[in-house]
Amino acid sequence: MIGLGKEKTLLDLRGVTRVFRTGLYLGAAFRAVDDVSFCIREKTCEIVAGESGSGKSTLAKMALGILRPSAGEVLYKGRNIFRLRGREKKEFKREVQPVFQDPYETFSPFRKVTDYLEATVLNFGIAKSKKEAIRLIDDRLRRMGMDPQEVHGKFPHEFSGGQLQRLSIARALMANPRLLVADEPVSMVDASVRVDILALFVELMADFNMSVIYITHDLSTAYYLGVQTNAEIVIMYRGECVEKGSVEEVLINPLHPYSKMLLDALPEPNPQRKWTSRARLPSLTLKEFRKTGCKFAERCQYAARTCFEKRPPSFYVDNRAVRCWIMEEKGGTP
Amino acid sequence: MGRIIELQNVSAYYKIGRELYVRAVDGVSLSVEEGKILGIAGESGCGKTTLIKVCTASIKPPLTVAGGNVFYYMEGKRIALLALNEKELRRLRWKFFTLVPQAAMNSLNPVKKVGAIFSETLRACIRSMDKARIKEIVHECLHSLGLPSEVLGMYPCQLSGGMKQRIVVALATITIPKVIFCDEPTTGLDLVTQKGILQFLQEKAKAANSTLILVSHDIGIQAQVTDILAIAYAGKIVEIGPTEEIFARPLHPYTIKLISSLPIIGDRSSKAGLVGTPPSLIRPPQGCRFHPRCVLAEDICERKEPPLIERRPNHYVACFKSGEVRG
Repeated sequence: MIGLGKEKTLLDLRGVTRVFRTGLYLGAAFRAVDDVSFCIREKTCEIVAGESGSGKSTLAKMALGILRPSAGEVLYKGRNIFRLRGREKKEFKREVQPVFQDPYETFSPFRKVTDYLEATVLNFGIAKSKKEAIRLIDDRLRRMGMDPQEVHGKFPHEFSGGQLQRLSIARALMANPRLLVADEPVSMVDASVRVDILALFVELMADFNMSVIYITHDLSTAYYLGVQTNAEIVIMYRGECVEKGSVEEVLINPLHPYSKMLLDALPEPNPQRKWTSRARLPSLTLKEFRKTGCKFAERCQYAARTCFEKRPPSFYVDNRAVRCWIMEEKGGTP
Repeated sequence: MGRIIELQNVSAYYKIGRELYVRAVDGVSLSVEEGKILGIAGESGCGKTTLIKVCTASIKPPLTVAGGNVFYYMEGKRIALLALNEKELRRLRWKFFTLVPQAAMNSLNPVKKVGAIFSETLRACIRSMDKARIKEIVHECLHSLGLPSEVLGMYPCQLSGGMKQRIVVALATITIPKVIFCDEPTTGLDLVTQKGILQFLQEKAKAANSTLILVSHDIGIQAQVTDILAIAYAGKIVEIGPTEEIFARPLHPYTIKLISSLPIIGDRSSKAGLVGTPPSLIRPPQGCRFHPRCVLAEDICERKEPPLIERRPNHYVACFKSGEVRG
């Protein structure tokens, strides 16, 4: 293991920014992730919620060490993950495991799923022999609520989406990780089994002393997992963290106008509580990545002149960080 | 209000080998009244999309209609859709019914400007209308979807996914059809755009007294938008009734589970999902197709297939045990 300091912080993202340069828009640069900070401690859950294009997957890639940030740093147990070499790097790769959105893409259709589990175990040197590996695999599969007999020798297409996603989590578990980075792990899974997979994350966190970063666009699953794990939620908009706080507080009583708008547009599965307002449809998008001022100003119904001119810092109010000028009036401290 | 579309015992199978079929839709009967919004909900692989393909006569091999027919009621006449030839179908498409297919945003012609796509569609349907009036209709339609008029001079590739989807939806409503089929019209879009598109569809349908048939796996959307809700499972309609009634008193064990397993913001209780996996549609289970996953299953459920019975006013359920389930 990499030298574990006294602090219990596992992963620390400090002012992480990622700029993509494209030739398409006259060589313009746009910030997919813009100055995002949060830290995740041992045995906790962090939720990153945002819509497509909010930079949440880019953020996941940086947390996994797949993508280098343009500015800011990612620390794992106090060490910059992009400076790790050799053994330490391998340890980091083992301890921080990804779970991806599409379980059908995680597994090659030509290989048996247990081959993957075996390869993971052997590559990370967790089991010395094939026999030991299989024993470990069977144990993990049982923990996932699956019967090992029904998994061995089968190809990915023989499983349902829900089962395959369980297998993809099982694969991550083979490495004895300290942190799972799960990018939309339930969005491809049928609604009726989603809660079970989320419950699995809660169980695994306790059983394996693991932390989880749950990345999602779906605020109701964010809430469900969040209240059970006492999680912190980061709401992303156009690469920025617009609101950060406890799941219960942010989703029940959002402060940032964008969080409010999102929750307002959520289709609640209750015909007694239908939408009361009309949607304000966004029109053009690319400009918003580059302009000065608040990135949400053009869509914000509360926007004042300052909002278009000066970019708001994060204000701290009631244990939350909210990137909105309104919070200054409400006595927030930057 | 009269009936506008009726399905009689429709079965549609995908042929995947000699004497081997995926029974995606199996013996489905239902009818929809004019001006209503019908939702079809169910999980992946339950036959929702296949049902829409049959209703719009977009049947291409390996899909074959194994039985039944779809009837449209048009100006007092009853038309058997599946008996029509291609020429007759062309007269119905766009004018009588339109379809927003799955991943519709990719169905726009990439080498035509949006304006040209609009004018072609309109000209094919409404011959007599003058240009100025067409322009007015298009602008009004774009405006209510929050799109600037500049998009008419753009190519589809210059627009974002949400904007393309809005254009497809605009096209499907602009000819004022009697029936609009939408297959997952907002999947993959952000929440605000989704709400905007659904509200637009709802308003257009109500204003023109068009019938909207909305296929979506998202129960939240169904609750917000539809008047009547049909729940599909493994190629069958297992429950159908007024949306509010389905949510207030679901009768089929599958529907009950589907609704009760949804996470809701503000609800801290822990929920349990459905056990087991969806059945194979090549060899579906005997009797009730839900019985292997059903907590109430008994002998009869394995032997006999439950018929769709009206248990409460306009509320139909296909379950032998539905009387014993708490609503």
